Amino acid sequence: MTNILFIEQLLNGIQFGTMLFLMSAGLTLIFGVMGLINLAHGSFYMIGAFCAALVAGLTGSFWLALGASLCGAAIAGVLIEILIIRRLYRRDHLDQVLATFALILLLSEGVRWYFGAFPLYLSIPESLNGTIPIFEEIIYSKYRLFIILMGFLIAIGLYILITKTRLGIRIRAGQNDREMISALGVDISKLYTVVFALGASLAGLSGALIGAIQSVEVGMGEPILILAFVVIVIGGIGSIKGAFIGSILVGVTDTLGRVFLPDLLKIFIEPSYATSIGSSIGSMLIYILMALILIIKPSGLFGKS
Amino acid sequence: MKRLTTTLAALMIMTSSSIFADGHQLKVGMITTLSGGGSGLGIDVRDGFMLAIKGNQKISVIVKDDQRKPDIAVQLADKMIQSDKVDVLTGIIWSNLAMAVVPAAVNQGKFYLSPNAGPSQLAGKGCHENYFNVAWQNDNLHEAAGGYANSAGFKNSFILAPNYPAGKDALTGYKRFFKGKLAGEVYTKLGQKDYAAEIAQIRASGADSVFFFLPGGMGIGFMKQFSQSGIKIPVVGPAFSFDQGILKAVGDAALGVKNTSQWSKDIDNPANKKFVSDFQSEYGRLPSLYASQGYDTGKLLISAMVNAKIDDKDKFRDELRKANFSSTRGKFSFDKNHHPIQDIYVREVIKEGKTLTNKIVSVGLKDHSNVYVAECKM
Amino acid sequence: MIIEKLFNKWILFLLIIIPIFGLIFEEPYYITLTTKVIILAIAGIGLNLALGYCGLISFGHAAFFGTGGYVTGILSFHALNEELLFSWPIDIFGSSEMLIIWPVAILVCAFLSLIIGFLSLRTSGVYFIMITLAFAQMLYFFSISWPTYGGEDGLSIYVRNSFPMVNTMDPFTFYFICLVWLMITLFISFKLINSAFGMAFQAIKQNEERVKSVGIETYKVKLIVFVISGTMAGLAGSLYTDLNRFVSPSVLDWHTSGEIMIFVILGGMARLYGPIVGAAFFIILEQTLGTYTENWQFWLGLILILEILYARSGILGLFDKKKNNEK
Repeated sequence: MTNILFIEQLLNGIQFGTMLFLMSAGLTLIFGVMGLINLAHGSFYMIGAFCAALVAGLTGSFWLALGASLCGAAIAGVLIEILIIRRLYRRDHLDQVLATFALILLLSEGVRWYFGAFPLYLSIPESLNGTIPIFEEIIYSKYRLFIILMGFLIAIGLYILITKTRLGIRIRAGQNDREMISALGVDISKLYTVVFALGASLAGLSGALIGAIQSVEVGMGEPILILAFVVIVIGGIGSIKGAFIGSILVGVTDTLGRVFLPDLLKIFIEPSYATSIGSSIGSMLIYILMALILIIKPSGLFGKS
Repeated sequence: MKRLTTTLAALMIMTSSSIFADGHQLKVGMITTLSGGGSGLGIDVRDGFMLAIKGNQKISVIVKDDQRKPDIAVQLADKMIQSDKVDVLTGIIWSNLAMAVVPAAVNQGKFYLSPNAGPSQLAGKGCHENYFNVAWQNDNLHEAAGGYANSAGFKNSFILAPNYPAGKDALTGYKRFFKGKLAGEVYTKLGQKDYAAEIAQIRASGADSVFFFLPGGMGIGFMKQFSQSGIKIPVVGPAFSFDQGILKAVGDAALGVKNTSQWSKDIDNPANKKFVSDFQSEYGRLPSLYASQGYDTGKLLISAMVNAKIDDKDKFRDELRKANFSSTRGKFSFDKNHHPIQDIYVREVIKEGKTLTNKIVSVGLKDHSNVYVAECKM
Repeated sequence: MIIEKLFNKWILFLLIIIPIFGLIFEEPYYITLTTKVIILAIAGIGLNLALGYCGLISFGHAAFFGTGGYVTGILSFHALNEELLFSWPIDIFGSSEMLIIWPVAILVCAFLSLIIGFLSLRTSGVYFIMITLAFAQMLYFFSISWPTYGGEDGLSIYVRNSFPMVNTMDPFTFYFICLVWLMITLFISFKLINSAFGMAFQAIKQNEERVKSVGIETYKVKLIVFVISGTMAGLAGSLYTDLNRFVSPSVLDWHTSGEIMIFVILGGMARLYGPIVGAAFFIILEQTLGTYTENWQFWLGLILILEILYARSGILGLFDKKKNNEK
């Protein structure tokens, strides 16, 4: 195993992590501010990707498609918040889990109904196709580098939004004391809608970004949703910082584990077994990581106990 | 869509009467995937089958959605056998569902015609006189890919598939025919969509070719990412990742890729020409591999009904075995274990105007059967 | 309350009359369907103890349901192939006797829920939901990639395991066996809820701190409830494998956890008969909606959302107006 391969895989892990961050930032914000467990967050990922594919198909522009994914998911977010989610804030976690689980069924099947059963086409722009050398012999995919940059920019943007702006102050106030901020005369229901739409649009954007190199199909949001939950639980629910560090940790662990575990095991056991056992354990690795962290720190790395 | 629902509604009314007062001679139960992930395949098989038996008054069909869940498939099969009293079952897309349903069904004296899945167990030790596979044995297309790799002069292949039984069979099938070395052999997580890590391994391995079996969305992701990676080595795979339904989503990344298939839109025979044009005018889209398999299944069934009644099981079985129908694939016959002997073609993805599709470039394996025949005691 | 009790009697009556109807009119599918409802209801009753009565929101009961299913599948797979299950420290064979399989499945699932409960109960709230999910996902990915027992393809056992003196392949016989198990789990739940121990774990749901302050070790209480709950789900999984004569990783999927949860909530939480009503309603929905439209999951989702938004206390709650108004 060469150093070059290792660094390339590390970058892959970070890229995967930044995508997870876009998903989990919204999830953790929504939980932190409104106390809502939103299983349907993955559906916004899907909706974003489908909006992007639709617009890219009509206009041929990837950048317009990205915009569409943000707007489409945000609009869907606002509608769903007003029609359904709003009524769930005061309910217990159980009702929320169930109602949003039902929303997954409804949205997935709804999208399939409208768009048909086959995957849609969405691809990256020509300008981001191919690879660029980043350091000596290491060459890396332009598009993935673009994703990493987007992820970091959005992370910085979110940081500024939360620490420096009026909306951010309200969000932080909402996380700390929900009763208080409505007493202060902030229109709480409007704030909730805004936060929900923000989370949804980030999910939609990541759906479009990833859909362009993977596939745009019904149900695409579910695997990543579970991972995003793993991330926010590891990071501590409600903490954006925790979500960021958790994302990178999960992304890197998953990627490196998958690639290097079979090779590592080959040192100890017969190669044919090592490949199969290595990939088996590799696919369980992040769940093992999560269980370990929770056993040591029951409320995640940066969570309030 | 509207026409589809009306035909379905009509079918439902037709099948609700269990006495064949309207002259039905045979009742078919179709269990296939119509909702959720992978439903595109089931819809194509169903549409192909329905097109084949369109206007045939002697056959009635019940179609049910298995949601790609084996337990649901088993329960549907129970219902069709126990309550609806069907004579023939068909429709299952996935090997794991087939393994759950087929053995019990054929042991209860029902015929099963497989329009898609061909697990090795059902071809070898577990073969059964009432089980007919109209598509392929699972290994077939991969074997043809291995054969093609030899003729294309590949010496050092990197091969990858998901870590589940069909994935392992795929790599075994390729290795059975491929004579070169392996630059790497990787099992990925089932359902994985991001192949950055694997593509980095391919780049580092020094391979001269890639063989992959990644059905559904997995393959779309792999092809797009591979073409963006700038690695310029040829890729070969079975038709599943390059078929009509999925090509649109892969886009230009698939252009020029060789894939192996027992069917292609441009196979030159009257049956296929009729199928392709009928399918287009009926459903307004190009037919896929799966649609052709559903269609052939329907035609096989009709051919057996010409000279035999379903009540005479032995006679009916003999008629099925003759495969006396004009297949969309041209030459088609059953081997001893009731799996097809057929040509497997090498296709290339091309563009016809704006539509991506396949054209045949050569025959990969001629009159190909499967290696499990010897294990089948029938 | 009276109406609810009457309704409960009706449900039991239906569970018995429908299969008899199926027997008389030779529609064995209705027997099979009722059996499915019963088995899923047993899993629901198990989850209801933890979730409804003790407030432990487990999103990982598929782990127990699936493990019970796989224990059954693996034991009878080895019996079928006449292979040893273990050769160390002593030779252990598989078995296709339900009377052997059940205790093994129960023990394995009890042990598994002890481990998972022991680790998970250190957390609470959302963390608990997610860690239970994580454990179930671990088992799910393991089952998919482990080749010995079929991986993703699953494991067929072709014939049901046997029970002395009767033919379990006969739908009605198997239905009856499951019905007896349903009665047993109902009875155990009933006794538990009304015992002193039951008072303790129901009090934990209301206010854990207060229960602690009277000197009860709440962690231990919760762990015991979790183990009983997981074991019941495991038993249901064992029966489910026999019903289908097949087991596959889909029983370990997180959707299975979600569905068991739906049975509990659809019927009404912390109601003894809730899971039965929930499971029955779910199966009926699936069967009837599926007949009318391919997009039945869309309508299922819509119905579920409406139920949660407007009929919070479940279907049984609709018959219990007084309690509804108090909330």
